[in-house]
Amino acid sequence: MNDIFEGLVAAALLVVTLDADLVDITLRSLQVTMTALVVASAIAIPLGTWLAIRRFRYRRVVIAVMNALMGLPPVVVGLIVYILLSRAGPFGVLGLLFTPTAMIIAQVIIITPLIASITHQAMRDLWAEYHDLLISLNTNRRQRIAALVWDGRRTLLTASLAGFGRAIGEVGAIMIVGGNIENATRVLTTAIALETGKGDFALALGLGFVLIALALVVNLSIHWLSRTEREGRW
Amino acid sequence: MIRVVLAVLALGLSGWMALAEDFKLAVTTSFHNSGLSDVLLPAIAEDTGLNVQLLVVGTGQALKLGEAGDVDAILVHSRAAEEAFLEAGHGTHRRGIMYNDFVIIGPASDPADVSKAETAAAALMAISTAQVPFVSRGDDSGTHKKELSLWAAAGLDPAALGGWYRPVGAGMGASLNTAAGMNAYILSDRASWLNFGNTADLTLVYAGDPVLFNQYAYLPVHPDKNAAIKHEAALRLEAWLVSDRAKALINEYKVGGETLFVFNAK
Repeated sequence: MNDIFEGLVAAALLVVTLDADLVDITLRSLQVTMTALVVASAIAIPLGTWLAIRRFRYRRVVIAVMNALMGLPPVVVGLIVYILLSRAGPFGVLGLLFTPTAMIIAQVIIITPLIASITHQAMRDLWAEYHDLLISLNTNRRQRIAALVWDGRRTLLTASLAGFGRAIGEVGAIMIVGGNIENATRVLTTAIALETGKGDFALALGLGFVLIALALVVNLSIHWLSRTEREGRW
Repeated sequence: MIRVVLAVLALGLSGWMALAEDFKLAVTTSFHNSGLSDVLLPAIAEDTGLNVQLLVVGTGQALKLGEAGDVDAILVHSRAAEEAFLEAGHGTHRRGIMYNDFVIIGPASDPADVSKAETAAAALMAISTAQVPFVSRGDDSGTHKKELSLWAAAGLDPAALGGWYRPVGAGMGASLNTAAGMNAYILSDRASWLNFGNTADLTLVYAGDPVLFNQYAYLPVHPDKNAAIKHEAALRLEAWLVSDRAKALINEYKVGGETLFVFNAK
């Protein structure tokens, strides 16, 4: 219990003094995760919606696989991305290993199935409701996807925030592909793992509280910006 | 779309990285946890202009990164593995830089009377006779390899030991945390131990046997692997590591009043 209190004190100290290293790794955490989130959402939201309205032969299989991939072990994703990006691997010439880009790639792979699955679930229900209307208006597929995505935007926000939550707290994959290099690829989670390894629990917990606070701030500000949960609009 | 995003990102990153000459060095957790790197890196940047980026991993993974050509050089401590690495043509040569020593850490009450042992092998024998918990790194690191060689010297097979022998498959710090939680014995390098914050009821119970000597060596990765390996920079860093400035910094580095490393490059 004492460690938790010391962790709170350490977190407060780090934030109040605006510790340069803390600001640096926090911004990098945000940069990596936000980029991954934008890329993953750009793939997953149209994909999930498309799966909801399109009927084809192997649809069930595709959906089952997508749902299963929600549980992808990050360490395995990290290892595979490492092998692909390694100088000895197929994409080695790009020189992306141990850069934030490699971390973004790994996170996109981890969170895309999650966002796509939640999107699909929400869009399926919405499609049941909109089906007759959109068909009778003689819309094409692109217009249907656009209508569903727009009217389901609040649920899609939840889907994206779930992806954000998984990505910002992820450590296994980005440790392998990023390498936890100081001033280059160190982010909050890998810094926490490092400080735990040194037995400095107070600093590790302090960073942990900063991470939790960051997730809260991001979620609150997105809700505030998109004006959800307000009277008469939810 | 994704390709465009990635290309833009990669371009931005490569532009930003061109500012300083980055050099990737894979080092062992024990070297980094000692805190010595925080002293050496700024001095290296000052004297050689190299921005050394440390990849802190176990010796096994460090050798693997060198083998794949993903780092420019490695600094590790496991002689047999290093020689196999050179034998396979993954590195150009091996240069001893400094040494520290391994110590046996255990509960302050010392239930196995390890502190009375004459040799490191006898100390492990005492632990095995008393059947008290012992945490092993179990991660193929230099420290783990040293521990296995000590069990072999004691005439014991770690695989056949009882449930009190607990390989955790983790780095030095994480393993020390586990040992602290279980109040178990553990083999650690002195530097990691002195820098370790969460000691709980553990204390240093045995040190001093010459077999516990822990040589750190620097191995540049062979430049034939790929065009991105900075061999010239690797040689420049080696020249600095064996210089008088490095000697002074290494020999004078102290934690809690104790010297951690002894410079012995020739």
